[in-house]
Amino acid sequence: MRAMDLSYTSREQVEVYRFSWPISIGLPFLLVGLQAFLPVRMPFFRIFDFGLLLTIFFAVSRRSQVSGMLTGAAIGLLQDCLTHTPFGVFGIAKTLVGYGASSIGIRIDVENPGSRFLLTFFFYAVHLAVFVAIERALMGQQVHFNLGHEAGAAVANSVMAVFLFALLNRFKIRD
Amino acid sequence: MNFFERHKNTVILAVVLLAQLLALAVQVKRQTAEGPVRVIRLVAVNTLAPFERLLIYAGESTRAAWAGYLDLRNVRSENQRLKAEAVQMRLERQREQEDARQARRIQLLLGFKEQWIDSTVAAQVIGTSGTETSRLLYLDKGARDGIKVDMPVITSDGVVGKILTVYGDHISQVLLINDPTSGVGATLATSRLQGIVKGTPTGQVTLNYIMGDESVQPGEALVTSGGDRVFPRGLPIGTVAQASMGRNLFLNIQVKTAVDLDRLEEVLVITSQKAREPDVAGLGPIRASDILAQHLPGVPQMPPQAPPAQATSPTAQPQTTPPPATPSTTKLQTPSTPQKPQGTQASTHAQPAPAANAAQKSSAQNASSQNTPAKPKPAKPAEGTRPQ
Repeated sequence: MRAMDLSYTSREQVEVYRFSWPISIGLPFLLVGLQAFLPVRMPFFRIFDFGLLLTIFFAVSRRSQVSGMLTGAAIGLLQDCLTHTPFGVFGIAKTLVGYGASSIGIRIDVENPGSRFLLTFFFYAVHLAVFVAIERALMGQQVHFNLGHEAGAAVANSVMAVFLFALLNRFKIRD
Repeated sequence: MNFFERHKNTVILAVVLLAQLLALAVQVKRQTAEGPVRVIRLVAVNTLAPFERLLIYAGESTRAAWAGYLDLRNVRSENQRLKAEAVQMRLERQREQEDARQARRIQLLLGFKEQWIDSTVAAQVIGTSGTETSRLLYLDKGARDGIKVDMPVITSDGVVGKILTVYGDHISQVLLINDPTSGVGATLATSRLQGIVKGTPTGQVTLNYIMGDESVQPGEALVTSGGDRVFPRGLPIGTVAQASMGRNLFLNIQVKTAVDLDRLEEVLVITSQKAREPDVAGLGPIRASDILAQHLPGVPQMPPQAPPAQATSPTAQPQTTPPPATPSTTKLQTPSTPQKPQGTQASTHAQPAPAANAAQKSSAQNASSQNTPAKPKPAKPAEGTRPQ
């Protein structure tokens, strides 16, 4: 019964949103900037990936694969700028997440907190898997990660997503 | 009809242009004072840094207002505590000056060249990479403050990292020692084994390339070796947290860093180092026998007669005036009894500074009485301990 509630019965139920240009451009800069700044004062903020959360939010709200893909690429490349690793590591990972999230957003209801939690958890894992694959396959790096730590980070990001998405809903404009 | 359908051609044009611009920005490197930097990185960092700096300064101002107006009630007690601490530190400094003077003389004798930290620039941390995979910091100082690539970054606790990129006049990027791509030449303080300190993808720090048949104990201090030509030697890196047999015949040594790399707000960038001979100006000419004699227990110059006069005689003064130092100092300024040669060696290593102290006091007294420049005079060695 619950599964039925989460999925759409027809395309007419799908609501597509858009965002103003200042929000579309300013919000990624603001959140990625905060992500770079906050760990200086509060180190635990390092586990949050605001770029990923924003990519998922824009993708599921716009419900356009092209838009989601481009948004993910832009946010990922912005994050790449702040690291010393080659460009494209986060860019590619978030492009795929943007594409996947917008594809899922067309099919299921992503407006309730439960589905947002699960969606974020799932895409955090996808993002990590793509990141590790790029590091290993393309860059030849031995990537070691702590499974417990990553699981905790996935849960933390999912909880953050529930609150952040509720806040960001205010900026949605119905198309 | 959504935005993309309505402006399909414009969007495609914008995407194609944007993709080309991005590709160009990724490839093109702009020549800055500190070397080539990718344009896209330059733009991104220069766009985000002012906001981060603004947030930092806003936070600092709030904190300063709080400290200035609300914390004043603790000033009196803190002042008293600091005064007591200052007295303690002065005493400590006197003792360390003696140690340093002696060390310089020995270094000169051995022809050492030292790496001196000539000048530093204090900088504030204004940001991080924002990811766990790239251990970086951004500082609010850049080329205008003399910051250059590969300069060491430290705090009073120890090593932090090195300057990776200078983005402009007021921004630079630090590669932390716990980043997987970093490497610092290190020496174990006790065993003097040398290895390379590297970061791991999980943010840990390890000491590498120590052979498996060596013995490394947890708690052993780790300092820079100077072999990397970036960090001056002797800076604290951390302590050994755990050592176990690893792969490829090397030990797997986990290091607990001296600096909490997750909580850095201010750092020092070493902008200038100089290799120079130890400064021994004012120490007078030195001979090998002087150095050696200072390490041997001396027999104080006792007045020939009249024990009650001891308290007032110049030679007995060091005994009656308690020096502001540790109990070991007091012990050595009392007349030492003749010792066996093998026992002499042990006491030399354990308490070298006070022996030098006694010798210098003795030489200063002699110099002033003879109206000649101060010249270290060796204390008279005990019987059976005269150097060959």
